[in-house]
Amino acid sequence: MVAPSVLVIGVFGLAPVVWSFVLSFQHSDLQTPARWAGLANYRQLAHDPVFTESVQHSVVYTVLFVPVTLVASLLVAAALNRRVRGIAFYRLAVFVPVVTSTVATGVIFTWLLDPDYGIVNAVLSKLGLPQLGFFSSPQLALYSVVAMTVWGWIGFGALIFLAGLQSTPDELLEAAQIDGCTKAGAFWRIQVPLLRPVSAFLLVWLTINSLQLFDEVYVTTKGGPLHSTTVVVYYLYQQAFSYFHAGYAAAIACVLFAVIALVTLVQLRLSRDPDLETARR
Amino acid sequence: MSTTASRRPSGWHLILVPLALVMLVPLLWMLLTSLSTLAETRRFPPGLPSALHWQNYRQAWLQSPFATWLLNSALVSLTCVVSNLVFCSLAGYAFARIRFAGSKLLFIGILATLMVPFQVVMIPTLLIVKHLGLVDSLPALVLPNLVTPFGVYLLRQFFLSLPAELEEAAIVDGAGRLTVLARILLPLMGPPLSTLAVLTFLSVWNDFLWPLVVTSSPEVMTVQLGLSTFQSAHFTNWPVLMAGTLMSQLPVLVLFLAGQRYFVRSIATTGIK
Repeated sequence: MVAPSVLVIGVFGLAPVVWSFVLSFQHSDLQTPARWAGLANYRQLAHDPVFTESVQHSVVYTVLFVPVTLVASLLVAAALNRRVRGIAFYRLAVFVPVVTSTVATGVIFTWLLDPDYGIVNAVLSKLGLPQLGFFSSPQLALYSVVAMTVWGWIGFGALIFLAGLQSTPDELLEAAQIDGCTKAGAFWRIQVPLLRPVSAFLLVWLTINSLQLFDEVYVTTKGGPLHSTTVVVYYLYQQAFSYFHAGYAAAIACVLFAVIALVTLVQLRLSRDPDLETARR
Repeated sequence: MSTTASRRPSGWHLILVPLALVMLVPLLWMLLTSLSTLAETRRFPPGLPSALHWQNYRQAWLQSPFATWLLNSALVSLTCVVSNLVFCSLAGYAFARIRFAGSKLLFIGILATLMVPFQVVMIPTLLIVKHLGLVDSLPALVLPNLVTPFGVYLLRQFFLSLPAELEEAAIVDGAGRLTVLARILLPLMGPPLSTLAVLTFLSVWNDFLWPLVVTSSPEVMTVQLGLSTFQSAHFTNWPVLMAGTLMSQLPVLVLFLAGQRYFVRSIATTGIK
């Protein structure tokens, strides 16, 4: 009964992990047989200025994208957790980007943020503000990618937070009201602390995904202008499939994997709630 | 007092309306641009289209094999949905109920792959597909997604949540495991199976990186990759490009609108997009 699953997951899940590790100690161009390289790839990685830059870009992206998305999602979820007329429509509006593909998102935002004819620059000029280059500006491109992906992920975050908010026991909120707690007070003091496991999950999930950023960069900027949006996975892709340095790319992949595993562990450890743990016991 | 309060529009609308607008403007602007003429998109400041220029859709449809791309995407994602439903059910059931030699070790191995991002393994995956002689083919797009560790895990957890007594009577009567699964458990599996179907469909349909790495001919491209090549070919013809983008999103949008409840529940209960 397990044979098909074990076969597929073994061949396409487990084997590639081992192979990736082995490949990172080899020179390979994806065509001819690989040659042993020892630690050469890792040594090169330590002295590659573009790799260092790509790590910086990924870090800046993650440090901006994760907190902004997390906080915005929470606030949006709070607004969507109301029994007002038309709430189904509002929820729909927020959730639609969740199913919009990364490629479509990239194409649409390239048009919205077009320096010459884009609607965002039109709004800026209407407000008397200077027009901006967005994806074509080395200073702004990475921030434009952050803005675009926040739009793409808020719906997902809000959906998860909303499910968490809706599972707050009604008795808790009623008790708080009887004790003279305001609605805002109940939100910050009761509902938000109860969302701790949900927030911890989202924190980890958003971080993992932002360290894996690729699609949106490929579609909007191709890592440019002037490498300003070359993030780690984009550099990995370039090394493997534009320059055919597959061993080198595998070394990048292994470093990425180690970092993701480490960050996940640290985040899970830090977000563990001692009170909740004892309560569960 | 409370009745007058409920009749007066809530103050929350002042927050919710701008919020909905910000979320919808990118998609509405795509729709409006797809109905404009090229000249209308080269004005500053931009405005609404003078008339509904549906010919952009015709042009996009005729200039690129959108029909083939949509069909490929549908074939690949539906195959992956069906195979995941079948194989993950079988494996999930076995891991939940049957103790066999090495079952624990195998399950831990499967869980371990759940943690590995695709970017980490894509190069060896390509080399494996190459050894199988399947590069640039539809089977190459299906194979790595045929069974997902997530699906096996999801269904194992579901089976563990069911009382074993459900099956015991049938097994005492001599029914095989497969019969039990098909006759007794299948009717109960609606929620986890619909969740797995929705999530598999979304992730395979919207996947970009694997198709980008493994396919190169337009005849075997999925619609996401096709759209990105379409973008490179028409990058200043915004009306046609937006028409193509909208067409590529339409199937998922329609499915989402029709089954919003399922989508939202699937994502909310598993935390996966």
